[in-house]
Parts: sequence; C-alpha cells; structure tokens
Amino acid sequence: MEHTEAQKKNIRTATWLSVIPGFGQFYNKQTFKGIVFLAIFALFIYEMIVFGFQAFVGMVTLGSTPGQDHSLFLLIEGSLQILLTVIYFLFHIINMYDARQVAILHAEDKNVNKSVIDVLKNVYNHGFPYLFTIPAYLVMIFAIIFPVLVTIFISVTNYDFYHIPPASLIDWVGFDNFVNMFFLSSYRDTFFAVLGWTIIWTLGATTLQIAIGIFTAVVLNQKFIKFKRIFGIIFLLPWAVPAFITIMSFSNMFNDSLGAINTQVIPFIDSLLPFIELDTLPWKTDPFFTKIAIILVQGWLGFPYIYVLVSGILQSIPEEQYEAAKIDGAGPIHRFRHITFPTILTIAAPVFITQYTFNLNNFNMIYLFNEGGPGSIGAGAGSTDILISWIFKLTTGTSPQYSMAAAVTLFISIFVIVIAFLVFKKTKAFEMED
Amino acid sequence: MSNLFQSQKSSRFLTKFFTYAFLLLLSVIILYPLLITASSAFKAGNIAAFDLSFDATWTLDNFRRLFADTLYGEWYINTLIIAFVTMAVQVTLITLAGYSYSRYRFIGRKKSLVFFLLVQMIPTTATLVAFYVMALLLGALDQSWFLIFLYIGGGIPMNTWLMKGYFDTIPIDLDESAKLDGAGQFRIFAQIVLPLVRPMLAIQALWAFMTPFGEYMLAKFLLRSPENYTVAIGLQTFISNPQEQKVALFSAGAILIAVPISILFFMLQKNFVSGLTAGGTKG
Repeated sequence: MEHTEAQKKNIRTATWLSVIPGFGQFYNKQTFKGIVFLAIFALFIYEMIVFGFQAFVGMVTLGSTPGQDHSLFLLIEGSLQILLTVIYFLFHIINMYDARQVAILHAEDKNVNKSVIDVLKNVYNHGFPYLFTIPAYLVMIFAIIFPVLVTIFISVTNYDFYHIPPASLIDWVGFDNFVNMFFLSSYRDTFFAVLGWTIIWTLGATTLQIAIGIFTAVVLNQKFIKFKRIFGIIFLLPWAVPAFITIMSFSNMFNDSLGAINTQVIPFIDSLLPFIELDTLPWKTDPFFTKIAIILVQGWLGFPYIYVLVSGILQSIPEEQYEAAKIDGAGPIHRFRHITFPTILTIAAPVFITQYTFNLNNFNMIYLFNEGGPGSIGAGAGSTDILISWIFKLTTGTSPQYSMAAAVTLFISIFVIVIAFLVFKKTKAFEMED
Repeated sequence: MSNLFQSQKSSRFLTKFFTYAFLLLLSVIILYPLLITASSAFKAGNIAAFDLSFDATWTLDNFRRLFADTLYGEWYINTLIIAFVTMAVQVTLITLAGYSYSRYRFIGRKKSLVFFLLVQMIPTTATLVAFYVMALLLGALDQSWFLIFLYIGGGIPMNTWLMKGYFDTIPIDLDESAKLDGAGQFRIFAQIVLPLVRPMLAIQALWAFMTPFGEYMLAKFLLRSPENYTVAIGLQTFISNPQEQKVALFSAGAILIAVPISILFFMLQKNFVSGLTAGGTKG
C-alpha cells in the first residue's frame, strides 16, 4: 500500500523516536508496551553504570595488582557483559522494528493493541513459539555459546601453570599460542604428530566400521538365512552395551601379559593354523600395535549402527531392480556396485559424515583404552593421543597449558565446522522447506 | 547342461558356506569379549588374567565386595540422579523447541535453525578450559549440577533438529482440524501432536539418559572427590593402575550397568530404528 507523505513522516518519526526504547511506542499510543520497553532500557543503562562499564575495563586490563585482581574472573565478567550487550542490542533492534511496524499499521488504519489485556493476549497468541524456544536457547547460550566465547578469549592470553590467578595476572598475548602451535618446534612437532594420527584414526576407524556394517547388512539380507533374528540380536549387542564398558573390557583383554588376546586368542590361532607362528604382541606398549588395536575395537563398537541403518535401506530397494540386472547378466558384485552401494550412499551419506566427525572427537575410545599411551611424544601428548585427548591432558596435566588447550580447541572447531559446512551444503541440509 | 546345473549348485553351496562361516565368526568375535567380562564377574579371588576360562571357583562375592568395600553404590546413585535430571529437562526443552520450529513460522526461525545446525558441529566437550574457569567462578567444581547443566545444553542443538524433523512427519491437517474444533494452541500441542511423537520421545529419553552413563571426559574433569564420581570414572579406577588391577570387581560393576541398559535398548529398539530413518532422511 502506498502511504501519503504525512503517513510516511509518522512512520519515520516513530522509528526514530524508538532509538530510545519506549518512545516510539508512546508515539504509537501503546503506553503499556512503551513503559515495559523503557524499563528494559533503563535497566540496561543502570546495569552498565553499576557493573557493565567496570566489566569492560576489567576485560581490557585483566587486572593490575597480582593477588588482588583475579584476571580469570575479570575475563569471565567481561565475556558475560559482551553477551549481555549483544542480547540487549538484539532487543533494541526488535524495539525499533516494532515501532515501525505498528506505525505502519496505524497508517493503514488497522487495529492496534493499546490496552494491557490486548497486549498480553497478543503475546499469548503470537508469542507461543518464542515462549517454547527461549528455555532451550537460554540453556544453550550458557552451556555452549558462552563457553565458546570464553575459549576464544583464553586462546589469546597466556593462561598456563606459570600464570595462575589470583597469585599472578594473565595478559593478552595476541595470536602467540597459534603461532607456537604451528612454528615453535616443541609444540609444532607434537601438534602435527597428533593431528596426523587424528586424521588416520578418524578415516581408518570410521571407514572400517562402515565397511563391516554394510558387509554384514548385505550378507544378512540374503533370503536363505535361518536364525536371522538371533544373528540380528547378537549383532546389535556392541551398540546395546554402553561403549565405555566394552572399551575398558577390551583394554583388559589387550593387556600384554594378562589379557585374553595374548594368552588365548593368539595361541588358539597358532594351533588352528599350523603353518603360521604368531608371537604375543606388545598391544599396549608399542604405539603401532596400540593404534591397530584401537582401530579394530572401534570397528567392533561402531558397525552395528551402520548395519541397522543399511539393513533398513536394503529392504527399501525394489526387488525388480535386481531381477532386471540379473536378466542383463549382472553378477552379484556388479549388482552390489551399481545398485546396492549407490542407493546406500545417497541415503546414508549424512549419517556416515556424522560418524566421521564423531570419531574425530572420540575421546572415550582413545583415553579409556590406553590413556593415549604408550609413552610420550612431548608437550604432554602420548603416542596415541588425538586432538581432543591432548586437550584433556593439556588442561588436566601436572603443568597445565590452558591457553594452548583453548587454541587447539578452536582449531578443531573450525576444522570440523568448515568440513561439515561444505558437506552439508552439498547434501542440501540448508535448503529448507519454506 | 547337467554340468552347468552342477556348478550352479556347488556355487550356491559355497555362498551358503561362506555366509554362515562369516556370520558365526562375527558372532564369536562379538560374544567373546562380552562373555569374558560376564564370566569374570563371578570368579572368586583376585583374578589377574582376563580371559575366557571355566576352571575357576564361582562366587557372587564380587558383588558383595563391590557394595561393601568400594564406593560403587554411591557412584551408581550419583549417575542415576544425573541421568534422570538430564533426561527430564532435556527432553522437555527439545520437545518444546522442536515443536515450535516445526509448527510455527516466526521471525528469525530460519536463521536460528541454521544457527542450531552450526552450533551442533562444535565439539562441546572440547571447550573444557572454559568450563573449568566457569566452574571456578561459580564454585561448581566437584558439583554434579554443573555437569547436568552441561549435559543438557550440549544435547540441545542436535536433538532439537531431530525432534523438529520428527514433528514434520506428523501431518499438519491434524492441527488445522483441531483448531477448527476450537482447540487452543496448548491443547493442540499437548493432546493432539504430543501423543503422536511418542516413539521419538522414547528415543530421545533413552539417549539423554545414557549420556551420563557413558560420558567420561567432562565427568572426570569436573568431579574431583571419589564419592561424587559417576560409574564410568569409578569403574576406570579399578583397572587404571597396572600394578593393582581389580578385573573381577570391574566386571561385576560392568554387568550391573550393561544388563539394565541393554534391556532398555532392546525394548526401545523398534522405535530406535524407525526414528533413525525418519529423523535421518528429513535432516
């Protein structure tokens, strides 16, 4: 609808007046709403004077007197204030938007809620989705967003075991931690060793569990098999039993001198196949064998999920497709490569991706099997540590390197987000129905 | 002709042979470690070897020792409390949020959905340092409420997405006709739509419930005194010292967790599979 010059002027005035929240609403004759908005604005100003301004100053200096100023608390208070300010500005923008929208309603002579009851009714009718999502958002902000913000700040400080507040102060050091991670030899060597193994581990273990899962589903999908249900239940067991228990059990089983693998399985294989003479292997004292063991155990743990998913997909592939291929003379391998596998991949690709990102951060498997050991490769990392377990050790060790841990955390987060973003863009998860 | 028939028959036999051989081998590989753990729980004395042997003295004494001589009972109760609170609050939050995203078209909806998707990719446990500093400031080190809070928050983005996906599969005509019959917004939600998403609620509840049982990193980091441990950290103390491995006690403790959780799993497994495919394809 075209507005007249006078109407346009009214809309503009309402919008401009609401630069101070409430005034635009007063202009629109919505007194109640105006009072509420003005009160929120006043509250924010009051908060800034009493706490906020100090918090910003503290955030910049991180304290000046050791023993008296607690740099960490200053940093947290500053971050909190930043979060609060951002939320306030969101409100401020909404307030201006509201003043403008209501002014437009006025200009078009449409009904505008003025009384308290009308406003509350309107909130109830249209505020439902907000009321329903706000609790989830609040928890998420303080359990995820705020910690990420704090991590970003800590990664550009020198917070480590030399600088533990309140006895000493923490300082901003810019990107030193990131520079050290990539260029300082003591960190660089560890970082690239850990990163390299993290990538090998993620690709190896996940691909193994996907391969076993698909293979099992295809084998068990054949029609002639008896006791299908029993096999089905057995194959679900690794998923049903909590992973931390099985990992610890495997950890015992792979014990070099007392574990079943060296005392039972290897002698059994030797006796079964007389021409092979296997020796007991140093599963937990040699990095190479520990790595092999960890990947195999993850294959055991992770395949049922894939197997269940793929079984469902296999049942949805129409029989005629296979019949037609058979008539064309396609063998079982050909049929798998050209019918089964592509179908599985198109449907299950997103799940496969989440499996890769899951293993990238699979702390339990690495830490509960052998605590990232054996041995050490410097900077607090063991020879089978992946990035996430290295972060754990940097934070919990006897000489904690908090800021370095924060820097590594950011590295993983960015790494994961970039990869996932690219993949999800391809799989169209961002294209939503509306 | 008969020759061809012969070879087809024998190749079918080979297929069957290798199929069953594979299925049996895989079954053995799966059952072997589980049986070792299960049997070790009933072996008398401080057994050191962790293998499948039946020449032992069988006893229930490990279970008695577990509750009499260790803090296992307290760990179990701690974990149950954490699990129940996490489950109740998280399922409530994600159901409300998922419903809103599925049924309402509100300002900021699309942007915040993409935001959820991005946040969900952040490995939340990795922000350990921040949790530590927050816990210091709040005096929340060694307190289970902080851990519960982190468990609840960590699961929200991903599970809200799954929940929304499942709500999307419930036809919106139902809401429309209920609205025509004069049902209010809250009634449509609570009495019409909510009962239809029960399978997904069951899955979400089980997942939320199981998280505190299996999560090790945050619990180990935040809970400092042994009487506050969850079962995962507690059990690990039985086997973490190479000089003094209590594998029998470990196994007994493991069984008391694995059996009820596995039963829950198999009870809800049907829901699991349908939810997996419905939520998965909707994205």
